[in-house]
Amino acid sequence: MNRLDVKKTYKLYIGGKFPRSESGRYLPAKSPAGAHLDNFAHASRKDFRDAVVAARAAVDGWGKATAYNRGQILYRAAEMLQNRAGELVNEVARSTGVSAAKAKREVTLAIDRLVHYAGWTDKYQQVFGSVNPVATSHFDFTTPEPTGVVVVLAPDEPSLLALVSLVAPVILSGNTAIVVASEKFPLPAATFAEILATSDLPGGVVNILTGKRAELVSHIASHMDVNAIVDGAGNAELSAKLQAGTAINLKRYAKHSLASADWFTSKVEDPYWILNTVEFKTAWHPIGV
Amino acid sequence: MAEERAAAFTKRSIKTSAKLAGLKMVVSMMDLTTLEGKDTPGKVAYLCRKALQPAEAKYNVPPCGAVCVYPNMVKYARKFLGDNSPVHVASVATGFPSGQFPLPTRLNEVRRAVTDGADEIDMVINRCAFLAGDHAKMFDEIAAIKEACGPAHLKVILETGELVTYDNVRLASEIAMQAGADFIKTSTGKVSPAATMPVTLVMLEAIRDHFFATGVRIGMKPAGGIRNSKQALHYLVMVKETLGDDWLTPDLFRFGASTLLNDVLMQIARRVDGNYQGPDYFSLP
Amino acid sequence: MKTKLKPVKLSAKRAVIASAQPVVPLNDRRLTFGSRWDYAPAPEESKNYIIPPRHELFINGKFVAPHSGKHFDTINPATEDKITEIALGDAQDVDKAVKAARRAYEKVWSKMPGRERGKYLYRIARIIQEKMRELAVLESMDGGKPIKETRDVDLPIVAAHFFYHAGWADKLQYAFPGRTPRPLGVVGQIIPWNFPLLMAAWKIAPALACGNTVVIKPSKTTSLTLVRLAQIFQEAELPEGVVNVITGVGETGTAIVKHPDVNKIAFTGSTEIGKQLAEMIVGTDKCITLELGGKAANIVFDDAPIDQAIEGIVAGIYFNMGHVCCAGSRLLVQENIFPTVVKKLRDRIQTLRIGNPLDKNTDIGAINNKPQLEKIRELVQSGVDEGAEVVQTSCTLPARGYWYPPTFLTGVTASHRVAQEEIFGPVLSVMTFRTPEEAVERANNTPYGLSAGVWTDKGSKIFKIVNKLRAGVVWANTYNKFDPTSPFGGYKESGFGREGGIQGLAAYCRLD
Repeated sequence: MNRLDVKKTYKLYIGGKFPRSESGRYLPAKSPAGAHLDNFAHASRKDFRDAVVAARAAVDGWGKATAYNRGQILYRAAEMLQNRAGELVNEVARSTGVSAAKAKREVTLAIDRLVHYAGWTDKYQQVFGSVNPVATSHFDFTTPEPTGVVVVLAPDEPSLLALVSLVAPVILSGNTAIVVASEKFPLPAATFAEILATSDLPGGVVNILTGKRAELVSHIASHMDVNAIVDGAGNAELSAKLQAGTAINLKRYAKHSLASADWFTSKVEDPYWILNTVEFKTAWHPIGV
Repeated sequence: MAEERAAAFTKRSIKTSAKLAGLKMVVSMMDLTTLEGKDTPGKVAYLCRKALQPAEAKYNVPPCGAVCVYPNMVKYARKFLGDNSPVHVASVATGFPSGQFPLPTRLNEVRRAVTDGADEIDMVINRCAFLAGDHAKMFDEIAAIKEACGPAHLKVILETGELVTYDNVRLASEIAMQAGADFIKTSTGKVSPAATMPVTLVMLEAIRDHFFATGVRIGMKPAGGIRNSKQALHYLVMVKETLGDDWLTPDLFRFGASTLLNDVLMQIARRVDGNYQGPDYFSLP
Repeated sequence: MKTKLKPVKLSAKRAVIASAQPVVPLNDRRLTFGSRWDYAPAPEESKNYIIPPRHELFINGKFVAPHSGKHFDTINPATEDKITEIALGDAQDVDKAVKAARRAYEKVWSKMPGRERGKYLYRIARIIQEKMRELAVLESMDGGKPIKETRDVDLPIVAAHFFYHAGWADKLQYAFPGRTPRPLGVVGQIIPWNFPLLMAAWKIAPALACGNTVVIKPSKTTSLTLVRLAQIFQEAELPEGVVNVITGVGETGTAIVKHPDVNKIAFTGSTEIGKQLAEMIVGTDKCITLELGGKAANIVFDDAPIDQAIEGIVAGIYFNMGHVCCAGSRLLVQENIFPTVVKKLRDRIQTLRIGNPLDKNTDIGAINNKPQLEKIRELVQSGVDEGAEVVQTSCTLPARGYWYPPTFLTGVTASHRVAQEEIFGPVLSVMTFRTPEEAVERANNTPYGLSAGVWTDKGSKIFKIVNKLRAGVVWANTYNKFDPTSPFGGYKESGFGREGGIQGLAAYCRLD
């Protein structure tokens, strides 16, 4: 008698947990050839709302963690991803139809990218901050601080690598993130959430939603408790709507429109991406007895 | 540096005979507490019996330092313990826990509790007066309450969780001691954070300076937030290394706690019997 | 029910304290730090760590016997018992090591992308984290340091150094605006006995991150943990020859410094030896950085929170038995708080526990070696001879081993030897000052310039004093804090060059 496999249910990742969509909806994931792969959760605006609440609750703790600790956690995510690379290679290959070799290249790069950004947590302040030689008798310094809750939109392809490349520079400085994953190929993102969940990353620091971008875009743009949007989706119409969100509460808006192949280059390992979601704080103190 | 110094005490490793001796000292210093709206004579009976004999005779555990109850429960505690008990009766009073009540009623509570048989009064300071800068009023009230205590000892609760800064805690400690406190106490246990090591350290340092200035030894009581034996022993280390041997006595140091007791008893049993214990074998207060 | 209140006036009536506590007369007010509730022994578990009877040199990725065939004993300074034997490297071994380092540099390490170099360093950091407890125990046994410090201070910072520098390996282009950083080649490193593994981390991590290969020599009394670190390099599959460990004596170090194919020297140790090394490389192309001695002033103003300043004073001089180049060994206390500070310090040092370094409750371990113990004794005696007063804890010192109790000298002036010479032991020289200007003047009145401490509640005063102190590291309202991101190094005869942070990378790069 043949043994029956136990199939995984693909869910959202919010607040460190894996809930189904509150709407109860799901969508089928299909391979490029049209074969049914698995179902995945179809996130609603309420799921997005809940994710923002979770992300906001996590800001304090994550911001207070030492830069060293944040670096260690990102490195641990790389350890976890490396150890389960085969699983992710499989997800990417069967979802997108690329060869195993190409999928492996993508996963390997994602691991190295996590390691790369793990090394920025305790250095970008030294590179981009300053002590300012003001003309009065004051000690004056400028230091970058995380902006808060950031919504990140990932492009359809590459479904794992782009997500990792977008989210790492956002959270390494202490921000928390809500990621809207690849719409066409969501399964690798949902599995990547499990990697994050086992990396000592506090719940709520990264939240991953799968579903349809167009449904969520207006709620993202108009949410009053979102501090910034990092738009890697590569869709001009949606970008316009998202960017309109800056007018509502002065959300910071950053766009990364890259061709799918660009994500595989070192152009994407750029500390200036960190600056998209930090604020510079300058403080003065008199010098004198 | 207060936090660093406090953290240094938690690195002390108290083992074997020192652990057993320390744990028994912790029991003798415990003000076993019940402060709930739903307390009744029946509940107080459990508490008193537990304080008198916390564990089976074979463990050789001393009785607790005191029981700590609301004013209305004092007469029941006195009845259950009798007039000559090694376990003192401590009563919270003065509009515990907030203290936001007129002075006459607060003083009346104190007098009644003492008349009903309280050996010790745990009062709360007027945080409103302190935080609004009226230190003289805070002082005067403590002095009046001390007078109302008569023969009873006065513990003054600062409610450090509401004072927040170490500077505030230090200043409030000094005012309380000058106004007549026999003990200064961190918290009511109803506000979080309650007792912490750094806050207690600041208060111990205030006690130290007061002793050198006046020659009087004032006692210390951390209350709330001390849940296990390890933490309790760290507090004892802190007392020993800040104030020295003279303060290692229930006359000058108490723990305000309730769930702590059984954890300490389980640790004592582990040392005596040699195996890890379970809560089923230790009576609830 | 109305109650009659007697109004209590603040000035008119002091509260009567009806406590059972008596009023102790002025002259009898003291604290008793005695044996009530003595702590039982709490030894760190050490029997599980097997130490082989002999250790060899680490050259080209393998452990090899020394050319001389000779080994020397390393002992536990707390007991004087022999721990194991260490290889005695000589000039021939150094030459082999430099050749291995050069080969590794040219064929493997300089060709490797920074990202991959970084991943080796991350691996090393992770393995160190895994083996932290074992390394801490060995460090305590070989050096005499309390396990509390090796476990909670030394080892965590060792791992952090490798972790921090791992991240720089592929990001160096951001550290030097307008320049392209390149490695120097083979670096020779000589480290001291006071923080053996920590100094190894401070040297090796940035060197490797910047693409260099290393030949490193530990102090002869503390070689064990560096040899263990070499095993960790093997475990991490670090390419052969990238790091080579040559244990030995003074001459072994000289051989490294004089070797013609070493591009850069890094030395931490005494100013005296540092000057000798600087002379040795005159006329060559070698770069050098030196981290030498100090005689730091720890300045306590009258507006400092006194109890906290006491903790800072204690942390400044008694941490690691005062075997710290940046120790706050001169206490400059404002004269009007001098009696209070001395009294509190006297009480405070009574609670410092001296004894078995492997006991978790030990605060003060053994002095690392006999010559150092004799030097400490000699200098304290000079203080006495020159009229200072000695205050020491009353404690029984173990019969065997090298021990010195926590000590401070009062009545010290700038002209006393104990105010000028580095004692490198648990001995504090206490002096007074009257104004901030005088404090700064006296603090700077020394050929050294490694570190200093400032204690005051007033922020503006902190920045003013920090600006005026001629010291490479200034701690305000804290002391002896180290972090891989924070550059460390001295002014004047305390050396030159920085370790840690962006500035610390510069020593290991050629900036084209």
